[in-house]
Amino acid sequence: MGSLELRNVTKVFGKTEIIKGIDLSVKDGEFVVFVGPSGCGKSTLLRMIAGLEDVTSGAVVLDGQDVTAVAPAKRGIAMVFQSYALYPHLTVRDNMGLALRQAGAPRSEIAQAVGRASAMLALDPYLERRPAELSGGQRQRVAIGRAIVRTPSLFLFDEPLSNLDAALRVATRIEIARLHRELGATMIYVTHDQVEAMTLADRIVVLRAGQVEQVGRPMELYNDPANTFVAGFIGSPRMNFLKGAALGESADTVGVRPEHLAISRQGNAIPGTVSHVEKLGGETLVYVRSEVHGLLTVRLFGEQDFSVDEAVQLTPEPPRSLRFDAAGRRLR
Amino acid sequence: MRARSQPGRSIAAHAILIAYTLIALFPVWVIVINSFKSRRAIFAQPLAIPTPETWDLVGYTTVLENGDFFGYFLNSLTVTVASLFFVLLFGAMAAFALSEYRFRGNMLVGLYLALGIMIPIRLGTVAILQMMVAAGLVNTLTALILVYTAQGLPLAVFILSEFMRNVSDDLKNAGRMDGLSEYAIFFRLVLPLVRPAMATVAVFTMIPIWNDLWFPLILAPSEDTKTITLGSQVFIGQFVTNWNAVLAALSLAIVPVLILYLIFSRQLIRGITAGAVK
Ligand SMILES: Nc1ncnc2c1ncn2[C@@H]1O[C@H](COP(=O)(O)OP(=O)(O)OP(=O)(O)O)[C@@H](O)[C@H]1O
Ligand SMILES: [Mg+2]
Repeated sequence: MGSLELRNVTKVFGKTEIIKGIDLSVKDGEFVVFVGPSGCGKSTLLRMIAGLEDVTSGAVVLDGQDVTAVAPAKRGIAMVFQSYALYPHLTVRDNMGLALRQAGAPRSEIAQAVGRASAMLALDPYLERRPAELSGGQRQRVAIGRAIVRTPSLFLFDEPLSNLDAALRVATRIEIARLHRELGATMIYVTHDQVEAMTLADRIVVLRAGQVEQVGRPMELYNDPANTFVAGFIGSPRMNFLKGAALGESADTVGVRPEHLAISRQGNAIPGTVSHVEKLGGETLVYVRSEVHGLLTVRLFGEQDFSVDEAVQLTPEPPRSLRFDAAGRRLR
Repeated sequence: MRARSQPGRSIAAHAILIAYTLIALFPVWVIVINSFKSRRAIFAQPLAIPTPETWDLVGYTTVLENGDFFGYFLNSLTVTVASLFFVLLFGAMAAFALSEYRFRGNMLVGLYLALGIMIPIRLGTVAILQMMVAAGLVNTLTALILVYTAQGLPLAVFILSEFMRNVSDDLKNAGRMDGLSEYAIFFRLVLPLVRPAMATVAVFTMIPIWNDLWFPLILAPSEDTKTITLGSQVFIGQFVTNWNAVLAALSLAIVPVLILYLIFSRQLIRGITAGAVK
């Protein structure tokens, strides 16, 4: 039980419309990731689902019930915040147990729920500590624990890993994936991180300026984006956009992913000069400046030797090229 | 980052601070030592510490015999503590509303409340007196408490709303998700986090109230409602001033503020330096 439906929700702050009519339905048990550029309204939308921000118009429907006017704590939703937001004066145990205590659950039940969550997240040694006495990673686990304890039908995560270092981020990401499998609850997750979005999501929602650009499974968005925005936003390094006219195409823009651009030292495809090379060990990124198309990125497998200012030729793999019209819409 | 300590600078800084402390404490010191001396000794050697010859508690005995000194004391304490309580409570509540909720006129209300910082409440003395007469509150401690609460609120709202804006939104939202009411969020999450600011406001509010002579003289000069500052004035006559008694009364008057100050000072220091060290 944790299906969510947004019906044409909007949000206006003062005179500016931040969320411009979003329709979305999330199935029970699904893992949905919101991505989009900074300031596009991801956090605002999440807070509207949680009930922390009122909805200017439209409806939030949980399990078939309109909860637009229901208080946050009564929605059966738990939220994990970017800044952890642990209660500084309470111990880890009390932090995790507070929601149940507020709901009037008996002591034994609270103890049991806290015990289960802390075992799941390996927090047992820290139960009597205060948040100030924990590391960043431990704090984030407590914040997740606090959400689990309430056995909500819907979890909301607002960039939960962005304050952690790279190694911890990977570990916690795997932890969250495991929790999703074990709990089977619906999860909505906001992130800036491509890898988090691609690896965790059943479906990704790409937002831009308060509107949904595209919704789909990660590979759908990657291989079959609806417009240049989604094509450019999903995938790292970014997709190359070539001028259609210069390639003799009818389309305005041709999108080619860096791994679908072949590079060679002779031939007569797209001429350019190497402007920068990044060697990452497993792969090599070559940045090529073309007179016509601007700066293009080529991704090569393994270690490759190219030197700056070297003249090269680029060839797009025709079947993997995506064609867009002047407004950025995909031509199929 | 901690700069390597440079002995020269550190000595200079300490010398300045010590000099300032001495200058600030000097009048207090003079009052206290002279309160234990005989009248002749006060005038002969005002800076000397009391010796067995000059030792005289006549000031204290006069104060304790003359008038209901203990009563004045209690009046001052009642007025100060009650006003402080209301200033902190209402100030914090108003600050929370201003910093936490978006509503029409939020800015205007905030500005209106802050206006009181710049306009001295004494300008309104006549109107206040008329109001108190109409309400039948003249010669009651309630009158003083009401006036002092009004006097303290602007600065309290101003300082506290600034601090409350810095309390993490996520924390308050986490409380809302966990089912805390807005009152619980205010009392249990926000207030403990702005405690240093509360202490700062408490000290800035308390001292002018304790020392005030103006409003007790105008609103509550009766024997039953005299505050200690007003009560001490009986010893200052037009022709003769009983210096022993005045000094003894002043020395006694320092004690309670000192105690209140010590209670708040630990928090106060954190309040002043808050944000300096993250
Ligand atoms: N309380 C508010 N009053 C006015 N405008 C607001 C308020 N909260 C957010 N906004 C605006 O709404 C827009 C969306 O903000 P939001 O925090 O949802 O962005 P976001 O997508 O989460 O960005 P980020 O990725 O940087 O976290 C921003 O332009 C922001 O300035
Ligand atoms: Mg955000």
